[in-house]
Amino acid sequence: MATLENSAGEALSTENEGVRRRDFINIAAVSFAGVGGVVALLPLINQMNPSADVLAMASTEVDLSGIQPGQAIKTTFRSQPLFVRHLTPEEIAKAEAVDVSSLRDPQTLEDRTVDGRKEWLITMGVCTHLGCVPLGAGEGENRGEFGGYFCPCHGSHYDTAARIRKGPAPLNLEVPPYTYTSETAVLVG
Amino acid sequence: MSFPWAKEYTPKVPLMKWIDDRLPLPRFVYGAIGGGYPVPRNLNFFWNFGVLSGLALVIQIVTGIIMAMHYGANDLVAFATVEHTMRDVNSGWLMRYAHANGASFFFIVVYLHIFRGLYYGSYKAPREMVWLLGLVIFLLMMATAFMGYVLPWGQMSYWGAKVITGLFGAIPVVGEPIQTWLLGGFAPGNAALNRFFSLHYLLPFVIAGVVILHIWALHIPGSSNPTGVEVKGPQDTVPFHPYYTAKDGFGAGIFFIAFAFMVYFAPNFLGHPDNYIEANPLSTPAHIVPEWYFWPFYAILRAFTVDFFFIPAKLLGVLAMFASILLLFFLPWLDTSPVRSGNYRPLFRKFFLILLVDVLVLGYCGGAPAEEPYVMISQIASAYYFAHFLIILPLIAAFEKPLPLPGSITEAVLAGHGGADHEAVGEPAPVPAE
Amino acid sequence: MVRFFAFLVGLFFAGWLLVSFVAGGIAYVSEPPAPTAEHEFHLAPKHVSFSFDGPFGHYDKQQLQRGFQVYKEVCAACHSLKFVAFRDLKDLGYNEAEIKAIAKSWPIKTPDVDPATGEATTRDPVPSDHFPKPFANNVAAAAANNNAIPPDLSLMTKARHHGTAYVYSLLTGFQNQPAELLRRFPDSKTPSGLHYNPYFANLNLAMAPPLTSDGQVTYGDDQPKPTIDQMAQDVSAFLTWTAEPKMENRKSAGVAVLFFLIIATGLAFMSYRQVWSGVKH
Repeated sequence: MATLENSAGEALSTENEGVRRRDFINIAAVSFAGVGGVVALLPLINQMNPSADVLAMASTEVDLSGIQPGQAIKTTFRSQPLFVRHLTPEEIAKAEAVDVSSLRDPQTLEDRTVDGRKEWLITMGVCTHLGCVPLGAGEGENRGEFGGYFCPCHGSHYDTAARIRKGPAPLNLEVPPYTYTSETAVLVG
Repeated sequence: MSFPWAKEYTPKVPLMKWIDDRLPLPRFVYGAIGGGYPVPRNLNFFWNFGVLSGLALVIQIVTGIIMAMHYGANDLVAFATVEHTMRDVNSGWLMRYAHANGASFFFIVVYLHIFRGLYYGSYKAPREMVWLLGLVIFLLMMATAFMGYVLPWGQMSYWGAKVITGLFGAIPVVGEPIQTWLLGGFAPGNAALNRFFSLHYLLPFVIAGVVILHIWALHIPGSSNPTGVEVKGPQDTVPFHPYYTAKDGFGAGIFFIAFAFMVYFAPNFLGHPDNYIEANPLSTPAHIVPEWYFWPFYAILRAFTVDFFFIPAKLLGVLAMFASILLLFFLPWLDTSPVRSGNYRPLFRKFFLILLVDVLVLGYCGGAPAEEPYVMISQIASAYYFAHFLIILPLIAAFEKPLPLPGSITEAVLAGHGGADHEAVGEPAPVPAE
Repeated sequence: MVRFFAFLVGLFFAGWLLVSFVAGGIAYVSEPPAPTAEHEFHLAPKHVSFSFDGPFGHYDKQQLQRGFQVYKEVCAACHSLKFVAFRDLKDLGYNEAEIKAIAKSWPIKTPDVDPATGEATTRDPVPSDHFPKPFANNVAAAAANNNAIPPDLSLMTKARHHGTAYVYSLLTGFQNQPAELLRRFPDSKTPSGLHYNPYFANLNLAMAPPLTSDGQVTYGDDQPKPTIDQMAQDVSAFLTWTAEPKMENRKSAGVAVLFFLIIATGLAFMSYRQVWSGVKH
């Protein structure tokens, strides 16, 4: 290449373009290394996300057939307690008698159950205040002032629709996504 | 710093000045690997391997910490948790293969670094401390690698742990209690696995600490160079940055290409299939071999087959294996030749090449089954190994007539035999008719 | 002083090694090691090629499904696959409903605890379960198999040198002992209850030939004929997948990474040349 140009022109061009070319190469090399470094970070970060076996366990099947009205069972969903409660007609009536607009987290019992199956109340057993497990799912446990659940950590009372009624918790007990796979079986998650 | 012409750090932005006034870390880094460290201008690519070793250490620590997040140090589940990492953890297979191959690459670059030092006489005064600290790093690496290999709790893990701790059993009287103490039991088990995991996690950080000392000691006399002639003035040096950062950047690229090739396309090539079989205390693998980087030492261990009067052959092998590493600590005082670089030592260079082949042969024999002819070959090769360092090197130093040294690095560079890259790495310098 | 002691130590080690060498040499010449049948008749695995060979290789999902079928119908009665879960079968091209059906109908059941009584019981596997083991433990496995424990197959192709070809060779390598072997090593006759196979390390293994006739497994109409050779290839491919399920991710990521690294290193080289252009070195 150089032989095709006259010597004066070559000297000039290397003076100007040389500077730009030099900068360009160094900047390109460093940027490439930087991009590579950032991309290499992605798997290092992503490895902390739930692994395939954890994700595979992310759904829970619950058999409802053995739960009598008035009873509740405690099972686990995503390694956290899950309450499945078979409400009695009185409990349903009690929940529906409440003026929704007076609630801290306004929701009706219908909002919190599946259409036509409002006797099945399925919620997480995790107090929305600081994550303790409320009492009330087990036989003979304290169900609080409203007959639902009672969190002993800081005294949150939940009613028969597991809505927060009294105490520091800001929200109702969370209802996880679930579907009925048969008359007596529910797939949570 | 021993270079009066080394550039002072001058902060370019106010933030750096603010930091530097309060904690002179920027100044420290600038003087260590920045423009403030003058380096001989004639270093060839064999001088890349120090930085590459540091890079390998970082790769091992990062991937290792990640592996530890998914590992269970319990003999009942260790193997399964490693498989869990390989199958279910996001990019877990990449972390594990990078860590396993990273160990091999760490040893590859460290061996090249050591042989660079051996050929160019980098261990000689005033750099003895650099050499000694380097050997400490090497020993720590060996311990770390050995314990790390036990963690997957495969067959080679288990039997490797048994054989290597069994070496201590060869020591008279106290041997067996020591072996039992090391293992926390009579055979490798949960206790051994847990302590190996604990130490395997600890030692890399100790290595990192000794690496800092190694670099610190290096910066007192400054880097050696292919001519072995000390730096005489500013014309002999270039600042580390940008000259050697650019060169090391290119070296790192080559390193990563080779590394990625192994990790992605031949991840199990350097490993042993038996380690994909869960540890079984009732069944020994047909050939117990350590990882390849221990093969030369393993060959020395097995080369002793005849008892020396009251010393059993097994103990001799153990002593010789430790001696083969420990003798390197005495190297600066064994090789007394005033000339550093092998480029100017015709006789030394011949024996150096023999040593190189010798160690490769030892490595090959160490990986081969313990049968003839490998045992006999490793006996000859081990004999040469000891003779080379303990007998031949001191004699060469006494009788060799070195070639005339250049007056300075710059003089050598201008004469076209400074030793750097395109000036024929490893190509013999002109040897006068003998 | 250092050099004097070093000289003595060096002389001792080197000298004694030479003595050992001579002693070993004399022993070697006077009593050369006797050849063994294992040494002379063991064969390296056959050459066989697969769709997943090479840096751009991919698993052939149809082949993996056929191999899975062979595993299920031929191997699974004795050999566990404990590191593989049913959910992993989606790599073979099965959808969720199919996987659920496979798990539910799997002939071996998953151990569980009866929620009502607390007694040990079994249940149908679900997709998140690993493949249940055919034997409760090694003692049961040994008792049922003439004292030979059938190894787990999850990692078999990585636990042997050239594992995929090894599995294929082993499955197709059963034969009668060569007359030559019996003539030279009369003591090495295959003991009863074992089976001669030159691809096995010590030539005689406890497993009876598992693939004995063409058509032993029925493949779909659009699939190759289930000859012994075809079934052996298919199950070898399947076991390669069980051992290295992430191989496709690994290889495709590797191609991209190497492509990037080669460009980056090229730039680094130009940058290096640029930086040093004014300095003779």
